[in-house]
Amino acid sequence: MLRITGGKVYDPANNVHGEVRDVCIANGRVVAAVEGGRTIDARGMVVFPGGVDVHTHVAGAALNFARGLIPEQHRQAAILARTPVRRAGMGGTTPTTFATGYLYAGMGWTTVNEAAVPILSAKHTHEELRDTPIVDKTCCVLMANNEIVLDLLEAGEIERAKHVVAWNIWAAKAYGVKAVNPGGVAAWKWGKDAKTLADPVEGYKKVTPAKIISGLARIVDELGLPHPVHLHCNNLGAPGNFTTTLETMKVLEANRAHMAHLQYHAYGGEDWFSIRSEAAPIADYFNAHTNLTADAGAVLFGNTVTITADGPWQHLLHELTGKKWSNLDVENETGCGIVPYAYKQKNLVNAVQWAVGLELLLLINDPWRVFLTTDHPNGATFWRYPEIIQLLMDAEFRREQVKALPAKARERIILPDLDRQYSLSEIAIITSAGPARALGLSQKGHLGVGADADVAIYNETKDIARMFAYPRYVIKGGEIVIEEGEMRQSVEGRAFVVRPRYDEKIEEYIRPLFQQYYTMSFDNYPVELERVHGSQVRECP
Amino acid sequence: MLTLTLKEQPTVPLEAEVLSPDRLGSLRHDEVWGLPVLHGKRQLRLDEFFEIEGDPSDELELRGDLTRVKWIGRGMTRGRIRIAGNAGMHLGAHMKGGTIEVSGNASDWVGGEMTGGLIHIRGSAGGQVGAAYRGSLSGMNRGTILIEGSAGIELGMRMKRGIIAVRGPVRDFAGLQMKGGSLFLLGGAELRTGAWMARGTIICLKPIRLLPTFSHACDYHPPFMTMYSRHLRELGFAIPYDARQGIYHRYNGDAAVPGKGEILIWEPK
Repeated sequence: MLRITGGKVYDPANNVHGEVRDVCIANGRVVAAVEGGRTIDARGMVVFPGGVDVHTHVAGAALNFARGLIPEQHRQAAILARTPVRRAGMGGTTPTTFATGYLYAGMGWTTVNEAAVPILSAKHTHEELRDTPIVDKTCCVLMANNEIVLDLLEAGEIERAKHVVAWNIWAAKAYGVKAVNPGGVAAWKWGKDAKTLADPVEGYKKVTPAKIISGLARIVDELGLPHPVHLHCNNLGAPGNFTTTLETMKVLEANRAHMAHLQYHAYGGEDWFSIRSEAAPIADYFNAHTNLTADAGAVLFGNTVTITADGPWQHLLHELTGKKWSNLDVENETGCGIVPYAYKQKNLVNAVQWAVGLELLLLINDPWRVFLTTDHPNGATFWRYPEIIQLLMDAEFRREQVKALPAKARERIILPDLDRQYSLSEIAIITSAGPARALGLSQKGHLGVGADADVAIYNETKDIARMFAYPRYVIKGGEIVIEEGEMRQSVEGRAFVVRPRYDEKIEEYIRPLFQQYYTMSFDNYPVELERVHGSQVRECP
Repeated sequence: MLTLTLKEQPTVPLEAEVLSPDRLGSLRHDEVWGLPVLHGKRQLRLDEFFEIEGDPSDELELRGDLTRVKWIGRGMTRGRIRIAGNAGMHLGAHMKGGTIEVSGNASDWVGGEMTGGLIHIRGSAGGQVGAAYRGSLSGMNRGTILIEGSAGIELGMRMKRGIIAVRGPVRDFAGLQMKGGSLFLLGGAELRTGAWMARGTIICLKPIRLLPTFSHACDYHPPFMTMYSRHLRELGFAIPYDARQGIYHRYNGDAAVPGKGEILIWEPK
């Protein structure tokens, strides 16, 4: 039993904005009152619900491939020495599994959503997530280039496609559905891409990216999944792609959707020399359409490695930069590309990207619909989130940073004109309450009675980046993980899995196709529930 | 000057990056003795392996067969290390300034990713001299490495700037993926010299087998040979006087990249 007293509590989901009040914890949950037990004196501190990362890449085959590809970055990474309470590990751009858990918790984040899992490597992903301690996990399974699903959409069999998608979600022990460059990754296997929404995907006659997007969004809604379709739009990263993004949002009008790393989809201009920010039209449309949520996918300057299922884009990035590249083909499901990358302040394109991420966070009015991410590790590593919080909360600091951009870049962005400053309540929304709500995790992201006792307590200081990088206390599931800024213990996290309803007979349809086209035996394919450590299954209505 | 004499060969490699003027120069005696070294996975004290005499300063002399002592002079920026004997792997890696002299042989990765300073080896060196560590985009970037004996494979791999001169023969892949800088190969080279080179200059005083992706450009006498000869002589590395004369056959490549590097092969008068 634990009582946190004297701190300013920020719990926007329950309309608490900086009131001094007690938070009581018993049996891993927030309760109305406790008798006895330990008391944490949080005077001079702020009390937040634990952070929730709606879009990150922290486990799985692609991330491991990236780990193997960048020894030069590991040599510069922070070493986490072994202590009595934690294992040895390494930080840097792709932290090791255990270090990932320690670093997230060390920043006050307690739930993460691994955003891209092919079923073929889902077993591996769950094994790695098991080794990612402290944080609770969800993951999204890649569906928008799955050839069995695409064939069904081609044939117009949306009802059967729905059962296949539902079967796939349960087979991967996933929590949501991810769509990456719909049709584009399937086309990449023919050396092509899918850049326009209305044209048929290479290898198909009727299926277009628009049909895949609307089909999957409808299927996800009809299945009643807690998280809407998690969409990485077509044409990522390309100058002038904001029109594709607007079209995509129009296609989605009838359904819910989560727009992943929106920063990469809000560029104007015709080429790399004329690239400019089009965050304003994207934000305007987005503000008017409440069926959508988004995460920023903000960029910070520095070295990183880009990992995405968007194979054709990664090939282009490799050709642009001359950096090393690897490409994975995940049989009939998806693909993947990996390219190490350095975002430079003096580079026009990078400067525009940096600004667009912040512009979207500032221009989207409703903090409940836009969330803090860097698309880790694509835009920057997750442990740099406090730097973004500082940029959002301090307009003066932001203006200083803008001054360091190339003059040409300053003409292409609107960031210098934006004076909005985030309040602590709004930060609590975009880092915790909002993403928890978008993921449909009702026990996360708030401190009301019955919520999971995931709490981050920060010193209230003017140095915002430092304040959020080094919490005084972090409590996960009622256990004190960090105390006085030091790690006291490591606890195991849970995995949230959904079980959508589907017709059991759908297996009879999938099995022969599978036996014909996959290298793996059908019976070895689904992840057994026993393999998912600390799983909590949620039935769909 | 501080003199360290190796008591006996360590049974497994000893990682001793503390052996650098930057680390030792300003310490008291007892602090030097207690500096940490890694013997395999065990962290031990420096004085368990070395007899230490003299006063700490920017001059350092190491005596004995240090073949199993790694990372000597790692990242050093100033001063001088003299090694009377052999040196282990990664000698002068990431070095920024100062001088290292070795009377015997050195192992692999001499001057890996160094950015300044001088390393002079009287004996032979192993592979990957001045090279990029695995995964890095560029190797040595400024600085000079002089080798009186032979050198191993991947000499100057991905080097960007600086000079490497080798009196003896070098093995395969000298100047692999070179991006700049100069290699002086006085004793010739084995196969695939300059493979994938993008820029940079390889000067060879013995005939070598060239890759088919190098094409003949011209025959001429490069005036810079006289300047380089003088510069290297000042550093204590003599280039035969004859090499200032004669014709050099210039080859461009590697066309497989395609690159703008050059290989100059000397034809004595």
